[in-house]
Amino acid sequence: MAKFSLPANSRVTDGVTHRAEGGGNIKRFKVYRWDPDSGENPRLDTYEVDMGSCGPMVLDALIKIKNEIDPTLTFRRSCREGICGSCAMNIDGQNTLACTKGIDEIKGDVRIYPLPSMAVVKDLIPDLTHFYAQYASIQPWMKTQSPAPPDHERLQSKEDRAELDGLYECILCACCSTSCPSYWWNPDRYLGPAVLLQAYRWIADSRDEATGERLDELEDPFKLYRCHTIMNCTSVCPKGLNPAKAIAEIKKLMVERR
Amino acid sequence: MQFRTPIKQARGLGSAHHGATHWWFQRLTAIALVPLMLWFIVGVATVSSGGYLAAVAWLSAPFNAALMALVVGLVFWHGAMGIQVVLEDYVGCEALRQALIVLVKFVAVVLGAVGIISVLRVAVGG
Repeated sequence: MAKFSLPANSRVTDGVTHRAEGGGNIKRFKVYRWDPDSGENPRLDTYEVDMGSCGPMVLDALIKIKNEIDPTLTFRRSCREGICGSCAMNIDGQNTLACTKGIDEIKGDVRIYPLPSMAVVKDLIPDLTHFYAQYASIQPWMKTQSPAPPDHERLQSKEDRAELDGLYECILCACCSTSCPSYWWNPDRYLGPAVLLQAYRWIADSRDEATGERLDELEDPFKLYRCHTIMNCTSVCPKGLNPAKAIAEIKKLMVERR
Repeated sequence: MQFRTPIKQARGLGSAHHGATHWWFQRLTAIALVPLMLWFIVGVATVSSGGYLAAVAWLSAPFNAALMALVVGLVFWHGAMGIQVVLEDYVGCEALRQALIVLVKFVAVVLGAVGIISVLRVAVGG
């Protein structure tokens, strides 16, 4: 049965408050903390950060907290410019990338949790193993029967190339999939918006010759049809993409080939 | 301890290779029910003031009887498909889910059959 409340050992308790020294422009960050080695429940630690000496993005504040206040705070980050997808987390109630979310966009305290519904490895780090395995399961590479032309690349018209706009930009940060209630209830079998958008990226590719097999693999009550066009995916995508539309295109092709 | 690899778990039992027809017919029945329900509401509202004999006479007209049978059949068909989707969403236990889906389909078929037979009985003269 779908679970609507957290198990007892996952309930979040109040944590430590790290007060800022001196005045200045103080912003409070309430951050989810969980240490697998402690055996304790997760807690919400509060950090007071002086905005006068902090960069503009939420990731800047997290790095400042880790460097200057609490080195035990654990989170993923890499490119700090919205292209790697590492710092995806739930900020102010919405999944997004910490590196592209401005602190000034958030009124009041900044609440930061790991991506919802995923098992937590530590603090803000979710376990994305299954998510990546689902991505691998759609065989995200070009599949062809015809050999590549010997003297040039596989050609594509400008119009065909344009079909991939809005798809190739996906960075697999998992913001959309972990915001999707259908993915919360059936993550074992439903592929989720990110993986379905990626699947459509190869279905829509004019050079790929396995379109039919790809659709065969997706036609399944759980892999594809758990999507009920809830649109959380589209509203949270930090890259401004539209996974719901990609899924709708797959559903249209399923009807078209009946 | 689980020794299955992540890709083994992600692939699971593979694709069922169906679902498109269910999705398509859910939408087709929904579209068909829009005009049918409008006709149903207007028809029942106008005939309800005329008494029993007027209602029987109205339902005995071939056009009305046909549409009424369609309303009953499509409502239970569409409803069963919708409830199946809800059960697939929320019931995690495989055996319980399958049992409930079968139960819903049986109940829908029985109620739909009773409804259509009732309409025919009035229409053909019972």
